[in-house]
Amino acid sequence: MAHAKAQTAAFVRKAMLNEQAPPAAERGFVHWIRSNLFDGVGNSLLTILSLLVVYYLLMAFLPWLLNGIWDAPSIRACRELLEGASGGCFAVLTERWNQLLFGFKYPSSEYWRPTLAFVLLLVAVAPIMFAMYMPRWLLLFSAIYPFLAFWLIWGGTILIPVMTFLGFVAGYVLYRSMVTRSFAAGLFSAVTAAAVVWWSGGILMDVLAPEKPLLEAVSSRDIGGFMLNMMLGTVCVSLSLPLGIALALGRQSNMPIVKWICVVFIEFIRGVPLITLLFVANVVLAYFLPPGTTFDLILRVIIMITMFSAAYIAEVIRGGLAALPSGQYEAADSLGLDYPQAMRLIILPQALKISIPGIVNVAVGLFKDTTLVSVISMFDMVGMIRGPILASTEWNGVYWELFGFAAILFFVVCYGISQYSQWLERQLNTDYR
Amino acid sequence: MNKKVFLGALTVAGLTAGAAAAATLDDVKARGKLNCGVTTGVPGFAAPDANGNWDGFDVGLCRAVAAAVFGDGNAVEFVPTTGKTRFTALASGEIDMLARNTTWTFSRDTDLKFDFLGVNYYDGQGFLAPKALGVASAKELDGARICIQTGTTTELNLADFFRANSMSYEPVPIETNAEGQQQYLAGACDVYTTDASGLAATRAAFENPSDHIILPEIISKEPLGPLVRHGDNDWGDIVRWTLNALIAAEELGVTSANVEELSAGTGNPEINRLLGAEGTLGAMIGLDPAWAKNAIMVGGNYGELFEKNIGENTPIGLARGLNGQWTDGGLLYSPPFR
Repeated sequence: MAHAKAQTAAFVRKAMLNEQAPPAAERGFVHWIRSNLFDGVGNSLLTILSLLVVYYLLMAFLPWLLNGIWDAPSIRACRELLEGASGGCFAVLTERWNQLLFGFKYPSSEYWRPTLAFVLLLVAVAPIMFAMYMPRWLLLFSAIYPFLAFWLIWGGTILIPVMTFLGFVAGYVLYRSMVTRSFAAGLFSAVTAAAVVWWSGGILMDVLAPEKPLLEAVSSRDIGGFMLNMMLGTVCVSLSLPLGIALALGRQSNMPIVKWICVVFIEFIRGVPLITLLFVANVVLAYFLPPGTTFDLILRVIIMITMFSAAYIAEVIRGGLAALPSGQYEAADSLGLDYPQAMRLIILPQALKISIPGIVNVAVGLFKDTTLVSVISMFDMVGMIRGPILASTEWNGVYWELFGFAAILFFVVCYGISQYSQWLERQLNTDYR
Repeated sequence: MNKKVFLGALTVAGLTAGAAAAATLDDVKARGKLNCGVTTGVPGFAAPDANGNWDGFDVGLCRAVAAAVFGDGNAVEFVPTTGKTRFTALASGEIDMLARNTTWTFSRDTDLKFDFLGVNYYDGQGFLAPKALGVASAKELDGARICIQTGTTTELNLADFFRANSMSYEPVPIETNAEGQQQYLAGACDVYTTDASGLAATRAAFENPSDHIILPEIISKEPLGPLVRHGDNDWGDIVRWTLNALIAAEELGVTSANVEELSAGTGNPEINRLLGAEGTLGAMIGLDPAWAKNAIMVGGNYGELFEKNIGENTPIGLARGLNGQWTDGGLLYSPPFR
């Protein structure tokens, strides 16, 4: 029967047909274009309009970029070489490259020192930022790095950073041995130990300091360029984070004096523009200090910017603390943990994770705010451009090239920070979302 | 009220600083360097070059003073100051003198407790206009949009000038000279006004300088000069007479090229006194007899400094004008060296 049935049908397919590719209009590039760019009359018009805008922008921008002059002694020479054609005068970047990066007074034979410090910064930051992929012993280098970088950039006797480092080590050792008894005892004995080491180190230094240090000393006034932005940014972010945490916890404290000190500090600093604080650091402090006192200007600025961003970070972290359900606090209490343990082991890890976007926001803003120091006659990158470079008779009149370059450098750094924070958020995402 | 308190604090601080640092010359000698306040950068007047060496007309005066004191024009620490930080830097003793095209005014000389020691550049406020605008005189600017730096004396001068000529104008406020250049070129204002030297430097940076003219009217007096703190007249004398030595050197024909030869002695007693071959002028201000010779050797006399930094052969291209010697119809007139 089966055979007969087969005979009655005109055609029977014996084999499965292979899967066919979708029709040309429904696949690949054509489909993508049709569904994304020319989906209906309105969208098609918008696409054409956008393409026109992009075309005209590029037509104006590309000749300027590609025709650019990279080797000329002055803007007038640039214009002669261009002969009226459109083109950028990028020669200013090549001629003033070192000034843009290091400022105009850093001794040119010593440029390798900040460069090395920058490379080592990447090495030192890696074990902190990518803790899960890096061996833990590298953290030791991160701990040494601030002192090493100080010595590389400022030069002078190596005893200062060494003594400072030893002070911290002594403090840490004592903290470890005392903290089992109580956190407060550990903290106070650590501070005492460090102070003793620093004080005796100061006496030793006068005796031991060699006449001619290994690295030539560079004064703070000679430091400038993008190096200054990087230094202020890195130092202030890393200092203001612990300070901000302390302020946020202090603000939530039950002890009235601690609480009010923190509240007043945060509210006062947040209520004052950063530029005012910088003017105080630069100008007004000179009136309060005895004449002839040299209180390092960069140190003053670092203190002011750190205080400023610490107040903001404190408020961001307070938001994180407030977002935690009170069950977490109660759970910590029920385990019998004391306050420092509860904070360190349970509350802060969760609160900080919530606060990451806010903290990064403050960090990026702070890094860009370091350009404000140019108004108190410090020559950071923008200060170099606005002051010495635009005021030189050779380059007076070059704007787009210089500020464009500054914008690119800042964008690279800020975008990098923002990408890192997003990656970190994904890494720490332990929720079942 | 606030301003009064602040000025009072300034005064007290100025007085204490003046008393504490009464012998500036001794401090400078002990330090081995002159701390000289300059601008953060004005084309031709003060700016560091690609190697970080400061150069310019005001810088030349700092170097001359350093040479008069130490015999070395490089014994200077240049301290860049902005328009906002310059006076506090001087009053607090951070700098020994300020050579930062600062206008000599009554209140700065008296109320702020500074001493102006002469004029090294006679400036005045002028107008820069595109030729296409078709004006030949500032009196034809009725109704114009004018780019003007806020918070400066130029703003007040402008208002005075237009009121005196019963004309109206529309101010376009700007913050810095660089911003002014951009706004003017972009057509945000018809006319740009600031000191005439600044206008010349600005125009020199344009792509087509000949498309713009500086109008003939100069509507204000801006005598720019070096200043020191009130209360140390000995130090003030050194700066004042160094400036005068540079001016007198030009008048007497002493240049950086022939100063060595002339200092051996000439037939002109005034040159001899100036260069230390005769008399004890150096000792009277506590300096080496060759102080003026050293000052002139660093960058040349006033005329040489002018020609090298801002003169007609430089991109700034300023004519001597008021800044010529009195014998040439200018205002430079050094008291005699006697």
